[in-house]
Amino acid sequence: MSVYIIRRLLQAIVVVVAMSIIVFSGVYLIGDPVDILISDDADQEDRQKLIESLGLDKPFHIQYLTFVARALEGDLGDSFIFNEPALLLILDRMPATLELAVASLLMAIVFGIPLGMWAGLKPDSFFSKSIMAGSILGFSLPTFWVGIMFIMIFAVIMGWLPSGGRGDTTEFLGMEVSFLTWDGLSHLFLPALNLALLKISLAIRLTRAGTREVIHQDYIKFARAKGVSTRRVILVHVLKNILIPVITVMGLEFGSLIAFSVVTETVFSWPGMGKLIIDSINLLDRPVIVAYLMIIVFMFIIINLVVDLMYSVLDPRVRLQDVKS
Amino acid sequence: MTAVTEPTAVDPVKEESSSQKDQTPFRRFVSDFAESKVAVAGLIVFLLIVLIAIFAPLIAPTDPYDLATVDILDSRLEPGAQMMSGTTALLGTDGLGRDMLSAMIYGLRISLGVGAASGLIALMIGVCIGLAAAYFGGRTDTIIMRIVDLQLSFPSILIALVLLATLGKGVDKIIIALIVVQWAYYARTVRGSALVERNKEYIEAATSLALSHRRIVFKHLLPNVMPPLIVVGTVQVASSIALEATLSFLGIGLPVTEPSLGLLISNGFEYMMSGKYWISIFPGVALLITIVSINLVGDRLRDVLNPRLSK
Repeated sequence: MSVYIIRRLLQAIVVVVAMSIIVFSGVYLIGDPVDILISDDADQEDRQKLIESLGLDKPFHIQYLTFVARALEGDLGDSFIFNEPALLLILDRMPATLELAVASLLMAIVFGIPLGMWAGLKPDSFFSKSIMAGSILGFSLPTFWVGIMFIMIFAVIMGWLPSGGRGDTTEFLGMEVSFLTWDGLSHLFLPALNLALLKISLAIRLTRAGTREVIHQDYIKFARAKGVSTRRVILVHVLKNILIPVITVMGLEFGSLIAFSVVTETVFSWPGMGKLIIDSINLLDRPVIVAYLMIIVFMFIIINLVVDLMYSVLDPRVRLQDVKS
Repeated sequence: MTAVTEPTAVDPVKEESSSQKDQTPFRRFVSDFAESKVAVAGLIVFLLIVLIAIFAPLIAPTDPYDLATVDILDSRLEPGAQMMSGTTALLGTDGLGRDMLSAMIYGLRISLGVGAASGLIALMIGVCIGLAAAYFGGRTDTIIMRIVDLQLSFPSILIALVLLATLGKGVDKIIIALIVVQWAYYARTVRGSALVERNKEYIEAATSLALSHRRIVFKHLLPNVMPPLIVVGTVQVASSIALEATLSFLGIGLPVTEPSLGLLISNGFEYMMSGKYWISIFPGVALLITIVSINLVGDRLRDVLNPRLSK
């Protein structure tokens, strides 16, 4: 087991180092941020001063090593645009993104599981077929377009819900959150649903497949023969057994929700990390781009590491095979 | 051999040739595919879209990028309104006075082109790598599959984001990003089915004939792993068109000089709040029809080509 953990950790470190080099050198190569930061009428001397103060005059490998040394101390550089530490800037936006992702995950579970169960219990009914057709659409429609449609229908035409922003926020556990005020909740609903659609479709498919497998098992027949009510069979006997795998998979999708929030945040002007990175790419704010990419890649490596370790605990075949090869 | 080639008088030649025609794998495949009316409709729609994209300059009512004919006075006209040049803008005009229908037809061309080009190149790279992994096995296989697994553990949009943030904008950049996103899917699919095929007798026979690796891999192995590859390919083209549209919508994909459907939707988004729905909606519908029609075809192909489902 410890061999397996060490191997996985080493692998994760290699990936982090490789990604930092790719990201840093890539970002280093695009455009010249000085052109954007300096007004046209600045003279040569001011220009030189700024370049020096940002450390842009040093050779590439020195810049990279300075970056790494500072990153290890938790300093990912200052944003060119906001003049604030990039890390702080991102951490500042993180609660908004996390709130959106958590809300979407809950929606996926709350909508996806009942719909999937219905489709699994009555596979031939018209409603079930509509659910399945809907889940195919959920998989194939681009998120951003659905978001635009939501805004058009619910905000522009109907005027029921706001089209963007975060609304009133309140302090909760030291973070600004929207879900505790009515106004915030109304701002949260559309983006969360938009982000959740793909995961709702996934939950429907998983639950349906699970339900169809479980209802033919002997213990369900036995429960029915014992005279347990249909309601109890479905809510207790069936649900309990399909819930664990479905929730596990949904939990694993959390990382992808954070990645895809880039799209939803841009459509609904949700002030999270995703919107920040898109703005930073367009403004060539190098430190923020590098910091965001490093943080998100790091997050994913941790998520994948935890998942792998969990699997290896649950299924010894995984780690044995890995050590052998 | 000789008995078959020499025609015998007893044979009803006509009947045999027609029954033989029904027996070819391709014919069987076509008739299986045609059993689903929805899939056939999807295929027809998709072929129409491809034709429209290819013959865009002939079909479009106006040339939306010819600055001599585009008039700013025409901007944001409602669908069906008449433009300064006298042409009717069936689907309205955008913020710069371009006919939406024409802009969409040209946009479709860019979207499909980027999707198909990146799909094809990714297919070739993925197939070569996947076949190499399966055929040589051992260390090569381990290393390649590690990389594939690692890449597939990241969501495609994140990989595209990393690449585009570092590479910058441009048609070539987005094609590179889409190739990097897709190759791993092809490699994994090909490796999976090639591993099964590799242990079959015909490969053993080819090996004992001392044929070159190259010949065995491409002439013997490749044709037999094609079916799952076709399915993955169709689905991947649809998803890469969707991904390109998403990235262009975010403003990090194609440059403004190459207005794909995603970019058109993005341009219209700012006018939507003021009720000018057509600038954003119509390109969106075109994108949707394209993606859904490809997916319908892909779904049916999966059913027809999957040996587990066929009786």
